[in-house]
Amino acid sequence: MAERTIGTDISPPDLHAKITGRARYAEDFHAEGMAFAKLLLSPMPHARVRSVDTSRAEAMEGVLGILRASELPRPEQGTREGALSDEPLYEGAPILAVAAVDETTAAAAVEAIRVDLEPLPFVLDPLDSLREGGPNARTDGNVPGEDGPTSLKWPDSVFDEAGPDRLPMGEPTAEWAIGDVDAAFAEADVIVEETIVHQSVTHHPMEPRSCMAYWQNGKLFLHGSTQSTERTRGPVAAMAGIDVEDVVMIGEYCGGGFGSKIAGVPIMAVPAVLSRKIGRPVMLRITRYEENYIGRARAGFQGWAKIGFRSDGRMTALDLYLVQDSGAYGASDFFTAGTVATASYQPENMRFRGVPVYTNTPPRSAQRAPGGAQIVAMLEPVVDKAARELGVDRLEIRKVNAPGHDGWLGPNQGPFTSAYVREALDLGGELFEWEGRSQLSGRREGTRVTGVGMGLSPFTAGSNGRDGLLVIRPDGKLHVHQGIGNLGTHSIADTARAASDVLDLDWDDVVVVWGDTSKHLPFSTVQAGSQTTHAHTRANHAAGEAMVGLLQELAALELGGSATDYRVADGRVFRAGNRAAGLSFAQAAERAIARGGKFSGGEIPEDLHDVTKGAVAGLAGEGLIAAAKDNYGQPGAVFTWVATFAQVELDVETGEVEIVDLASATDCGTVIHPRSLAAQTNGGVFQGIGMAKSQRWVFDPQWGIPFTKRFYTARPPGILDVPLSPRFAAVNEPDPHTPVGAKGIGEPPVGAGEAAYACAVADAMGGLCLCRTPLTSDMILAELEGRPRPYGLLDTHV
Amino acid sequence: MLDAEIIQSRRGGFTRRKFIKGVIAAGATASAAGYLFRSSGVLAPMLSAQGAVERLVTLNVNGQQRRVDVPKHETLAMTLRYQLGLTGTKLGCDRAECGACTVLLDGVTHYGCSILTHTVRGREVTTIEGLEDDGVLHPVQQAVIDEGGFQCAFCAPGFVMSMVGMLDKNPAPTREEAAVLLSGNLCRCGDYDKILNTAMRAAELSRSRA
Repeated sequence: MAERTIGTDISPPDLHAKITGRARYAEDFHAEGMAFAKLLLSPMPHARVRSVDTSRAEAMEGVLGILRASELPRPEQGTREGALSDEPLYEGAPILAVAAVDETTAAAAVEAIRVDLEPLPFVLDPLDSLREGGPNARTDGNVPGEDGPTSLKWPDSVFDEAGPDRLPMGEPTAEWAIGDVDAAFAEADVIVEETIVHQSVTHHPMEPRSCMAYWQNGKLFLHGSTQSTERTRGPVAAMAGIDVEDVVMIGEYCGGGFGSKIAGVPIMAVPAVLSRKIGRPVMLRITRYEENYIGRARAGFQGWAKIGFRSDGRMTALDLYLVQDSGAYGASDFFTAGTVATASYQPENMRFRGVPVYTNTPPRSAQRAPGGAQIVAMLEPVVDKAARELGVDRLEIRKVNAPGHDGWLGPNQGPFTSAYVREALDLGGELFEWEGRSQLSGRREGTRVTGVGMGLSPFTAGSNGRDGLLVIRPDGKLHVHQGIGNLGTHSIADTARAASDVLDLDWDDVVVVWGDTSKHLPFSTVQAGSQTTHAHTRANHAAGEAMVGLLQELAALELGGSATDYRVADGRVFRAGNRAAGLSFAQAAERAIARGGKFSGGEIPEDLHDVTKGAVAGLAGEGLIAAAKDNYGQPGAVFTWVATFAQVELDVETGEVEIVDLASATDCGTVIHPRSLAAQTNGGVFQGIGMAKSQRWVFDPQWGIPFTKRFYTARPPGILDVPLSPRFAAVNEPDPHTPVGAKGIGEPPVGAGEAAYACAVADAMGGLCLCRTPLTSDMILAELEGRPRPYGLLDTHV
Repeated sequence: MLDAEIIQSRRGGFTRRKFIKGVIAAGATASAAGYLFRSSGVLAPMLSAQGAVERLVTLNVNGQQRRVDVPKHETLAMTLRYQLGLTGTKLGCDRAECGACTVLLDGVTHYGCSILTHTVRGREVTTIEGLEDDGVLHPVQQAVIDEGGFQCAFCAPGFVMSMVGMLDKNPAPTREEAAVLLSGNLCRCGDYDKILNTAMRAAELSRSRA
């Protein structure tokens, strides 16, 4: 019997390339005759291009072509963002691009272009835009409507009633309710109420979104950084205005995405279209400075929460209002936030209201737990406040409210597939030694005060209905074709294990095929929403079962007897009880090719996606081919929970916070890859801490221009900012509604880390919640020293 | 030697300030327009007037003599990536903030984005591609394999080079010392725990091979 690979540590098959310099990321592909492009970025937060004079640039030797917004296929919907725009909606928005023989010439040509811009009104703070007479970020409105943006203004009375320190709450654009919050507040034993601000944060993956494109025989070859290889083809085809069949997407490695490169990125349109225009390959290198503008960001919130509790800690009412900073093109974080809150607390009654408001700030996109991380970090410190008033232990209050397997999600109150949340809380509590550690609250040594806190963070972690595609080739190896991208989570290898375990095959006999759509990749999920581990262990499990069936059938035809007489293990199909009577995988592949038909891609299952059908047809005759759709049911929402515990020391003389210890525990179903799971959890926790602590946006309010454009002004956590040995444990109970039992992990750690940090800092301050991110040392110090706050409670970008 | 002093001495050979002065002297500025890559025909007269013509230099890269034409303002990272085909050295920020471009000069770590190519003549340049010895992985590379290190790994070549430089100075660092010595590199995936496990394993492997 081959060793089962699920649940063991493997060395990912791409690691050797990554540490010898052989792994090629987008900017590492160079083509013969390659030209370089540079972007002309808007110097204003909102403007209209009146005219452009390119004559000086065009006269320069070495300039090969200029690309304007009008030459790109028009975005399909009203607010859809194009790669270039003649109405830039934020400072740094690309207006046009120049291609030249080298980058210096392209940059010099950009400098030589004269753009006449008409400045337009701009807005940075959503609340400013909601006031009567306040500016709209877009000429077509400030909030999304049914047919594109529309204008929403609240009467002055809404702002007057709220005063400067409470969120004004006018007419929302979205709302839902469960039960009756007002009646529940009347009955509640303790009610807490806070105005809370969560910042916007740039993703800043290490690899900027550089890309290179060229055309050959009418086909576009695009080398780009993307989280999802196969699913990037469609968007790239739309950007270039061509059929999806004419796009070859190559993305073998992705140097981080975190939600900012889900299915490609808008800027890919520039090299794609420019290379066709000038008839040469075009490389567009994106700088870190440009990444700050076009690299996507998490949506910020200005929020208000009122929460009622019974004396035992049970949350009886949650009333939530979120005003979202949507950037120039929108985001849906705020709505997700309301749903995620139910997965934390199962409130007996709840009301959710929200307004997403456009601003002239860089575009938003999903960022690891979009909406989820924000709401967890915003509400967990408020729950702590209630726990203190109630005299209930802070771990206990989470356990009282956490969902069990009969739990429910969101406004429709649908079920979960599994929820070992209390088990995860207990596990994390034991790992961290919560009972003893929580006694350290407020301990003072010299100028340092200890704080202890925790955060529980749920997020969606799966989907279904994708395809798996396996080929046993005459080399005797199992080739697992993966349409998913290689973004660093090791899922290209880890989800392939589902197939090798079904076939009882040694991991050394598995070849993972990925990263290039010309290699015949199946229809896959986008690598977002922590779906991949769940969706593709299922798809590969389904394909593995189909492969077992084909091997048995083939063996019966070749060797006699019936299919059920045969077993599959160790790279052979053989008669039960007689290993010698059978075929090796290499022999099976040869027989399959000779027989053709359903054994070698000649007949294709009807229920496969067209993309997979095309991939199977392309592979026909190359081996024994099994392709299958994941038809396993999914009777509920797939969710993962992470609980993170933090101990900090706050220096009351400097306001600096040091994280002394971190421990996290999760319910993410069956553990596939222990070491990688711990690493992803810890990394997510650190990203959350970065949001709570050090990263930030600051704008010049007069000109609408960001100051914090680089790592040194908005620094993500470095190796000295986090504990040397964070600890981790997993409940490791299989989700009963998926064959491998695994759920995703990518997103929930972010909110857990952010909340644990915020709660621990509040604990060190005697339970005082400043209720905002980031929590910088100057803010903490002003509070400790009783000085007036250097910011308004509703101010953003401070 | 204290960790801070080690960093001081190792990083002290070339400062950001010196680099900027060097660029200005060479006649091109580190422009807000972003990276600049090679000079073209059109800029050549302008730049040559300021003394920034391409010149043929011989570099010692990974033990080989490589002759390249470089303009005076070209950085080592750009020469390695675009003239010598050594794309293992990554550019994450191009401004000495992230360390993805870390290479060794005479065994000491430097940011390739902040060194002018013409200044490294006569020095031994080592990149990630030069670590293997006759197909055998360097102990640091082997340690990454053993520990399953890194996630997206865009930072990996820089971290690996920093670890090689670190072990040369301190063959048996503690976890705390390793963190200090590797703090010039940024990992946005936050894989620091595995990175430190790798550093510890690399030290162990180096000692056993020595």
